[in-house]
Amino acid sequence: MQIDLRTVSIKPQRQTYGHIERRFGDKPASRYQEGTFDLQPTANFHYRPTWDPDHEIFDAARTALKMQDWYAFKDPRQYYYGAWTLARARQQDTAESNFDFVESRNLGALLPEDVRQLALDLLLPLRHVAWGANMNNASVCAYGYGTAITQPCMFHAMDNLAIAQYLTRIGLLLGDPGALATAKEHWLYAADWQGLRRVVEDSLVVQDWFELFIAQNLVLDGLVYPLFYKTLVEDALSLRGGTAVAMLTQFMTEWYAETAKWVDAQIKTACAESPENAALVRGWIAAWQSRALDALTPLAQRALGERAGAALDDLATQFAARVAKCGVPA
Amino acid sequence: MDMQVPKKKLGLKERYTLMTRDLAWDTSYQPKEKVYPYADYEGIKIHDWDKWEDPFRLTMDAYWKYQAEKERKLYAIIDAYSQSNGHLGVTDARYLNAIKIFLTAVTPLEYMAHRGFAHAGRAFPGPGARVACMMQAIDEMRHAQTQIHSLSNYNKYYNGFHDAPHMYDRVWYLSVPKSFFDDAITAGPFEFIVSVGFSFEYVLTNLLFVPFVSGAAYNGDMGTMTFGFSAQSDEARHMTLGLECIKFILEQDPANLPIVQRWIDKWTWRGVRLLSIVAMMMDYMLPKRVMSWKEAWEIYFEENGGALFKDLARYGIRMPDCCEQIRQEKDHLSHQVWAAFYNYSAATDFHTWMPDEDEMKWLSQKYPDTFDQHYRPRFEFWREQQQKGNRFYNKTLPMLCQTCQIPMLFTEPGDPTKICYRERDYKGSKYHFCSDHCQHIFDNEPEKYVQAWLPVHQIYQGNCFPEGSDPTAPGFDPLAAVLEHYRLNAGRDNGDFEGSEDQRNFEAWRGMAKRND
Ligand SMILES: [Fe+2]
Ligand SMILES: [Fe+2]
Repeated sequence: MQIDLRTVSIKPQRQTYGHIERRFGDKPASRYQEGTFDLQPTANFHYRPTWDPDHEIFDAARTALKMQDWYAFKDPRQYYYGAWTLARARQQDTAESNFDFVESRNLGALLPEDVRQLALDLLLPLRHVAWGANMNNASVCAYGYGTAITQPCMFHAMDNLAIAQYLTRIGLLLGDPGALATAKEHWLYAADWQGLRRVVEDSLVVQDWFELFIAQNLVLDGLVYPLFYKTLVEDALSLRGGTAVAMLTQFMTEWYAETAKWVDAQIKTACAESPENAALVRGWIAAWQSRALDALTPLAQRALGERAGAALDDLATQFAARVAKCGVPA
Repeated sequence: MDMQVPKKKLGLKERYTLMTRDLAWDTSYQPKEKVYPYADYEGIKIHDWDKWEDPFRLTMDAYWKYQAEKERKLYAIIDAYSQSNGHLGVTDARYLNAIKIFLTAVTPLEYMAHRGFAHAGRAFPGPGARVACMMQAIDEMRHAQTQIHSLSNYNKYYNGFHDAPHMYDRVWYLSVPKSFFDDAITAGPFEFIVSVGFSFEYVLTNLLFVPFVSGAAYNGDMGTMTFGFSAQSDEARHMTLGLECIKFILEQDPANLPIVQRWIDKWTWRGVRLLSIVAMMMDYMLPKRVMSWKEAWEIYFEENGGALFKDLARYGIRMPDCCEQIRQEKDHLSHQVWAAFYNYSAATDFHTWMPDEDEMKWLSQKYPDTFDQHYRPRFEFWREQQQKGNRFYNKTLPMLCQTCQIPMLFTEPGDPTKICYRERDYKGSKYHFCSDHCQHIFDNEPEKYVQAWLPVHQIYQGNCFPEGSDPTAPGFDPLAAVLEHYRLNAGRDNGDFEGSEDQRNFEAWRGMAKRND
């Protein structure tokens, strides 16, 4: 017999899973909530990691930061895998049509030679910076605590990889594989890139995952993205006939604006928890910020010439304002 | 450079290299050993990561596009299935107990795989391997979440689905899957990838997914079927990664062979012990059977696995040494495990029952050499007792195997009338094992396995009661206290299916669909 099940109206026994109900009440829960909260095991681990016998598999003591509830680190974008993938697929569509637009109209060839060269010189080594960011976010996902913050870090790691890949495509579109090789040479040996490379490599060995989160996602990205994608590409290069480059980096600009909101929410949550946390966060920011700004100085001079000093001052001021807004004590 | 000259088209491989491994560099401000601190201690020798063959070439743009398409379809089906009360279309409510086990025992493993591959994806010094592992890390998150989302609607109507993460950390039988994955993730990155990427994903995954996904399809469970099929193209990638890892490690240095062989031996056995719960699910829990466990084992392990190991023979790899015992056990496994769960049904988050006469016939036919002789009489007796109102519940806690953590329920190889016990003294304590293989695994790494959090020991030590319990108080009921600690609702989530709330509700709701009131 064919029965029409749709006509049956039955009262559910419960609206959501028990752990979600205990957090948010017995009401229908979002997919973000059900897919995120309390997902990570927290108790009764069987063995200690042979690679880190001083800690449990998941161990809140891998950072000096202390939280009552690690699920306070909510993602304002409410990304779970499906939501993140769909959002990125849409952005990828836009990026694809931008690349098509530039390629089909041969806009790369129409760029003034000095603009094209400057774009290659300054953007292509950022492939490696993004690769470092990818490693660091994979670290936070692997060794961090609580799905609420580890999950978006894995998405972030893949975003970083994607950005390195978009930069590679820019290199191939405006130049050729040789341009990528030259940029890598510069990354490895050219004097003006060594400060940044040293900061990136030093970040790769940071043990405290929340410090790493701050060093990478707040400080490094928070200075690199505005300097390169905003000040250099959108302002300086566009004025000199390089709008095509801005089209090719639109993904990075939008991604940065979106993800900065998430990063800021994490910093705010950490600082609001306790004065001890706020002091830790402040210390980490201060240490990495001054190093990053020093490292960026020769690159800003390359990019902006005599306007570099003023641009760096602006960058530092804006960054300080952003940090203050997150509740980090002065 | 003259931009008018048409550019030479890059080959796919060349292009993918530029998109992935060319992004990495050898650090000079920090030593390699500090940047990749976990790469050497297992003794695996890698001389040249450049020899890594990418098992698939997927850049992030293509990944997003492809995965987004799958997600859109999957969630559209999940929504439609929930909105139309699809759960009332399953064969009968006994079936739901199979997917309760899935949510509490398998979904948490997907999550652990997510974190484990993030770790491997950070730890390997080879960028090609890193990228493939990281992609698997997000895929595994996808699997955990699509399962949670698909099964969310069942949780609204049926009991036992309500606290999977909490139970995974505590409930006695869930220490079997939990200790399996804790074992893998606490190993070094190379052993992790051999255990999960190769032994589990490549050799055994069909024995997990085919039974559940086909079982869902046979039993009208569109929700489970859909996430299962949607995960398949991810699994295909994961399997090629597992195989590439093994080949790469073996090709790098002959000294790697004995280490890898030991891992394959260990993880095949660990995996098969873990799958014993799938064996029981296939033979006892699906109202409409797909095939018997024995048949599945023969097709997916003996035939397919046999061909794989033949292929690996050129590297010096041989079949895992436990295969002979598994071959002997295949006629017994599911019956012994179901009998144990039937016994301990007062302490699980799902229901059990005795097969009806038709089902007994099916079992006799599928297991002609063993079922009627060894299991039918016991099961008929239990059924009789249950019908007389004497449903048997075993309330004595079982001894557990120190390695696989399964109660001592397996019989001696060659003698199905005798329970198999092994024991070993280590630093003044006695440890117990279900088999020679579990004992060998312990012997190889005793310092690891003495740490095991054995649920029965923990209960006896008083570590599994709600906070503030006083076990010395008069009338203290230890089983009730343990169930409360598990967040298990006694009488509602557990016990016999016959007379359960799930059974009654399902009948009533399905009845409503046939009437006009
Ligand atoms: Fe999976
Ligand atoms: Fe065992």
